[in-house]
Amino acid sequence: MQRIIRQFPRIGAAAVLSFAVVATGARADGLSVGPVKDPTVAKECSACHMLYPAGLLPARSWSRLMNDLGDHFGDNAELDPETAEQIRAYLTANAADTQRRGTKLLRNLPSGTVPLRITELPYIAAKHAKRGRVAPATLKRRGAKSPADCKACHRGAEQGQFDDD
Amino acid sequence: MKHLRRTLATLLVLAAGSTATLAGKSAAQQAIQDGYAAAARAADPAFKGFSAERGKAFFHAKHGGGKPETPSCTTCHTSDPTAAGKSRAGKTIAPMAASRSPERFSDQKQVEKWFRRNCSDVLGRACTASEKGDVLAYLLSL
Repeated sequence: MQRIIRQFPRIGAAAVLSFAVVATGARADGLSVGPVKDPTVAKECSACHMLYPAGLLPARSWSRLMNDLGDHFGDNAELDPETAEQIRAYLTANAADTQRRGTKLLRNLPSGTVPLRITELPYIAAKHAKRGRVAPATLKRRGAKSPADCKACHRGAEQGQFDDD
Repeated sequence: MKHLRRTLATLLVLAAGSTATLAGKSAAQQAIQDGYAAAARAADPAFKGFSAERGKAFFHAKHGGGKPETPSCTTCHTSDPTAAGKSRAGKTIAPMAASRSPERFSDQKQVEKWFRRNCSDVLGRACTASEKGDVLAYLLSL
């Protein structure tokens, strides 16, 4: 019992600390989802493009993308079945609709739609519609090949940090 | 201990240097080549071995049948395999020449994965074992 009491201040401090973190996150204008932590996902999903954090799309989107790797935005990105299943499991388990932090991202997204691009999410589209944020001239100035290159402007994109807007 | 470390470092440098030479294929690279040779022989009993020259021609050729955006290996890998290339999404691709990227062509699964994807995009079909072996022979020779 005495041991439990001695633990109390520490638990209390942790609770206050996590509350502070949550409160800060809620106030900030940006978005914070976790980075990809699985080495296979990190390797395979960043060979051709930036590494998109799993928390940027709902599970149904990742599932659809993993079903259609033969035509991945026009390119063949097929994987052997075992690796594909491993990646699908990770992406769907860490998708936007499995994270509390991801709910803001899915705001106004009709449940029947399966967005294949992060830029199709109404929340993201609305954010970028402001002040020509992804206008061709802006992309060119930032050295982005397309709006898919989040990290051209969001330096922490691959770490899941989008609080720099 | 210090001496041992220096000896080890020297050996490592020598080992790295040897993979860069023409005859210095690693055991893993050789095994992958051997696998393609066996498959090529099975497909054509008259198969007489791979040719870096044929691989070079294949690598630099403009193929038909694939996507119009990617007619050649050189679309992404550039016409200099010792230089870095760029994916269509804008990501840097390490040089294909084994002398510049010694870790290449050592993992059968990776090699097959990229041939499967890229032959489909560039030629609109799977590459034959003979084509794959020729391309590897070319990239291992640079």
